[in-house]
Amino acid sequence: MATRKISYREAINEALAQEMERDSTVIIMGEDVAGGAGGQGKDDAWGGVLGVTKGLYGKFPGRVLDTPITESAFIGAAVGAATRGLRPVAELMFIDFVGVCLDQIMNQAAKFRYMFGGKAVTPVTIRAMYGAGLRAAPQHSQALYPLFTHIPGLKVVVPSSPYEAKGLLAQSIRDNDPVIFFEHKAMYDVTGEVPEESYTIPFGAANVVREGDDVTVVAIGRMVSVAEDAAKELEGSGISIEIIDPRTVSPLDLDTILESVKNTGRLVVVDEASPRCNIATDISAQVVSEAFGDLKAPVKMVSPPHVPVPFAASLEDLYIPSAQDIVNAVKTVTEWSK
Amino acid sequence: MTQTLSTLGLDAPEASALSEAQLLDVYRTMRLIRAFEDRVHKEFATGDIPGFVHLYAGEEASATGVCAHLDQDRDTIASNHRGHGHCIAKGVDIKPMMAEIFGKSTGSCRGKGGSMHIADLSKGMLGANGIVGAGPPLICGTALAAKIKGDGGVGVAFFGDGASNQGTTMEALNLASVWNLPAVFVAENNGYAEATASTWSVSAGNIADRAAGFGMPGVIVDGFDVFAVYEAAGEAIRRAREGGGPTLLEVKFTRYYGHFEGDQQTYRGKDEVPNAKENLDCLKRFRQRVTESGRLTDAQLDEVDAQVAQLIEEAVTEAKAAPVPGPEDLLTDVYVKY
Repeated sequence: MATRKISYREAINEALAQEMERDSTVIIMGEDVAGGAGGQGKDDAWGGVLGVTKGLYGKFPGRVLDTPITESAFIGAAVGAATRGLRPVAELMFIDFVGVCLDQIMNQAAKFRYMFGGKAVTPVTIRAMYGAGLRAAPQHSQALYPLFTHIPGLKVVVPSSPYEAKGLLAQSIRDNDPVIFFEHKAMYDVTGEVPEESYTIPFGAANVVREGDDVTVVAIGRMVSVAEDAAKELEGSGISIEIIDPRTVSPLDLDTILESVKNTGRLVVVDEASPRCNIATDISAQVVSEAFGDLKAPVKMVSPPHVPVPFAASLEDLYIPSAQDIVNAVKTVTEWSK
Repeated sequence: MTQTLSTLGLDAPEASALSEAQLLDVYRTMRLIRAFEDRVHKEFATGDIPGFVHLYAGEEASATGVCAHLDQDRDTIASNHRGHGHCIAKGVDIKPMMAEIFGKSTGSCRGKGGSMHIADLSKGMLGANGIVGAGPPLICGTALAAKIKGDGGVGVAFFGDGASNQGTTMEALNLASVWNLPAVFVAENNGYAEATASTWSVSAGNIADRAAGFGMPGVIVDGFDVFAVYEAAGEAIRRAREGGGPTLLEVKFTRYYGHFEGDQQTYRGKDEVPNAKENLDCLKRFRQRVTESGRLTDAQLDEVDAQVAQLIEEAVTEAKAAPVPGPEDLLTDVYVKY
């Protein structure tokens, strides 16, 4: 496949465009996804608050719908429309806003199939920005994927690169279950090799980003890049880490992680979500439960402190797990003895 | 300006156009709902029905008068926890309904949903719903789907006076108006949101008075009069089908039973229900009007009563004899594919 370097933002835009081209039932809705409804200027002035959906309004007339600031109504509408043969891709601008529309996701979309006895199909995709690093402050910087992972009936996708973003978003849209798709707001300008053609990446299939023998490092989303930085430094100390990107936290490919731990005997999980009940705790518990005999050291979790994401740059930079934090955790497990 | 429609009877233009067969159908639906609910009330008291049940007896004219205008394939309804009447009026089979209420595997939801989640998506019935106010946003979605598909379909949201205050409902009214959706919002004001009177909780004088605030017509309808409901609903549904946007109907009546089965209803005046049953009852009034005007005979109506009684008896017998779901059903149908 011919690849070229494009940004995370462009990769997402491309996935949306290609899926909308391929399937006329795909529609987009959200606040300012075109960005200009009712004004004197252009109807698609913004193309999303950070420009992710730019150009789609003109390409697909009638299928890119701006909404008022009424999440419970339009997320609920996306869910309802999904039961009637459409494939809506609704944008929840910041995952932090889920507080005002959690019911539509948690009690409606997630539960239709089961509580209606297997007779509902709800192929809705909800895209949302997540993550710290842009000094967006506590209410615009959370990484809430653990909340959705907890709920049976939802699928949760956290792409770590432009390549991952395009393939996983295409898969999310084609998937017949409700999917929450997390886009790291600090990665939109990150570039990477991405095929021109349409492709999908299956759910529940972790990617071994880097092979190694000493420590298994599972990293979520943007933390994969941070782990790669840590890997380079650790190489210098003669420690080789194997980096695993789960890609989807629900469904979770535990087997790939277990296989790696069988080989390395040591596990560090890096997760920028708040530490109590995050994915790091979930993966750690599952691995200890399934592979206690394979472990040569305790499992270490690298997560932020249990505080809201601070605004000041000096504080936010302390909050976000760093390559150094990962290096320290890896050394703790390699140096551990009873 | 809020319009009021009441006691129009058979003289109303829409109602007088009803054929004999249609009149019998209207009566049959109301009788079926009444008999179903009265029987569930009896069965619940024996302890055989698990969980919570919320009965629609007394309110039959609303579901019947509205759904008489709806098609099975292109029109959708969303309901609430008091959903049996809406299900029956939309054409959901009563035997699977009864089995579902008893928690049997032959139920409409294979026993996994119960009374509050009876659904039949193949008949455009999006489900009874356990979350107050969840229906209106979903209907914005189904109405949007109908608009995009261009099939003339309409989405109707049934919700109570309690739900009329819920943010989700307000947002849905706004969105339906802004997007000009083929939707009808039916606020069933039975006087109480659980134990709290609507005269206390609804800040506007009437729920329908809020319609103007959301850019749509508002109509108050006598909920004890199926012809008034039929008339008002007919106009609203026609408006929606023809691209004229949404309408808010406020149907005023009372419920004969408590909020849930087991509710002692000490928050109500002692004469309220006996008075309604004696002087306002929708079935009584219907019989009176059609027989006085010579449209139908008592014998015809009695025949319907007998047929319905037979059907209910069969439904209960079969439901009681049906098997409960087994362990093999516990884990199925969470996802289409995980």
